[in-house]
Amino acid sequence: MDSFWSALGGAIGLVFALDPDLMEIIGLSMRVTLTAVLFACLIGLPLGAAVGTFDFPGRTLVAVVLNALMGLPPVVVGLLVYLVLSASGPLGPLRLLYTPTAMIIAQMVLVTPIVAALTRQVVEDLTREYSEQFASMGVGPLDRLTAMLWDARYSLLTVALAGFGRAVAEVGAVIIVGGNINHVTRVMTTTIALETSKGNLQLALALGVILLAIAFAVNAAVMALRASAVRSAYA
Amino acid sequence: MRDVAFNGAASASTLERADAQSTLLEVANLGFSAGGERLLNGIDLSIRQGSRTLIMGPNGSGKSLLLRMMHGLLRPDEGTILWQGAPLTAEARFAQAMVFQRPVLLRRSVLANLKFALSVRGLRGRERSDRIESALATAGLSHLARRPARVLSGGEQQRLSLVRALACDPELLFLDEPTANLDPASTAAIENLVLEANARGVTIVLVTHDAGQARRLGEDLIFLQNGRVAETGPAEQVLNAPQSEPVRAWKDGRIYLGPNMQNMKEFKGRGN
Repeated sequence: MDSFWSALGGAIGLVFALDPDLMEIIGLSMRVTLTAVLFACLIGLPLGAAVGTFDFPGRTLVAVVLNALMGLPPVVVGLLVYLVLSASGPLGPLRLLYTPTAMIIAQMVLVTPIVAALTRQVVEDLTREYSEQFASMGVGPLDRLTAMLWDARYSLLTVALAGFGRAVAEVGAVIIVGGNINHVTRVMTTTIALETSKGNLQLALALGVILLAIAFAVNAAVMALRASAVRSAYA
Repeated sequence: MRDVAFNGAASASTLERADAQSTLLEVANLGFSAGGERLLNGIDLSIRQGSRTLIMGPNGSGKSLLLRMMHGLLRPDEGTILWQGAPLTAEARFAQAMVFQRPVLLRRSVLANLKFALSVRGLRGRERSDRIESALATAGLSHLARRPARVLSGGEQQRLSLVRALACDPELLFLDEPTANLDPASTAAIENLVLEANARGVTIVLVTHDAGQARRLGEDLIFLQNGRVAETGPAEQVLNAPQSEPVRAWKDGRIYLGPNMQNMKEFKGRGN
């Protein structure tokens, strides 16, 4: 137990010392995760909203597939993206393997179904409420889609948050396609895995504390935003 | 019988008499079934330009269903609906609007709700803002324009949904029990807005359970029972001197069991 407390003490020391190596790792983690979530939202929000808004043949099947893909194992996604980006893979010539871009792609593949599936659920509930009024007004497909996305905006923030939570905590996919190369593709989760196996618990714990703090701060911000939206009956 | 024709012997002659030019909406032999149950059966009626028609009847008689079909929200199984003599298309629906029992307001401000409805109709810029301003003034909601629409009181919400429908300049306005959840003052405000719109030439078709409202607003009345037209005529006359058993039962607060009892007497049985 002593080693835990001394590791924790050292970890807090590292955090407050703004250790440059630590800051680099945190910075890369945030850059990779936020970019991946942004692209996942750009694809997943309209996709999920379309499935939730429109009636088309095979709609239920699409919804089932999206829901199933939410549970994609990160290592499997890592492996697939690795195969696609490896020298002999279809995107091999782009030389993306072991770069932050590869990690962004892997996380995007992982998070997009989560965003799409949760968006579909949110928008489907809203569609039930709005559909008759929209049909009466003669709202066209594009207006309907954008209205759904806008009117569900606060619920969709929580959806993006779920995607962020998955991406920021994920280690299996990014370690396969990123390779955990120091100063290049080393992020918080891969560092924790590496430092723990090396026995350097101090750095691992420091990163763990920061990861938790970031997750806590982002969640608190979104909850606060939602609470104000609920007061306006916008959520 | 000025504006409404109904099924039965009188309908054909009434339809002939009605000026074809001024018939806005015509329903012939309308039928609809769901879950193996016949919900509307052989409905014939015509609604003339500028009239106020009330649809009444007990719960489950098919009033809201009929309204939705005339508005094109549901497709009938049989029969035809003609809008100005032509089939009811999506474009034709742009000349109609509907106010629902529970107002469906977007999760936006009062102003943005009006803006959305007008944008859907392709209105932009000056004309749109003029119409928004006048709609807000008409509803007495100008001071609440920036408020989230869904925190307004029930009466304010329904006024907003009514002026939102009217802002789109419909020729025909459907209202499905618009005051069912409102207090007397809010009800009066809605009724005044409806009468004003009608005075400007908007044709009104309104579903209600409220006999008082029927007397205040109605010119013509269609009474439905079990998915059929039970009686129709001038509102005063139907309410004061009903000719049919369903309306008499409704007026007395009795439950009308239908002509089944009679049928049962006639039914000789099978095999005994």
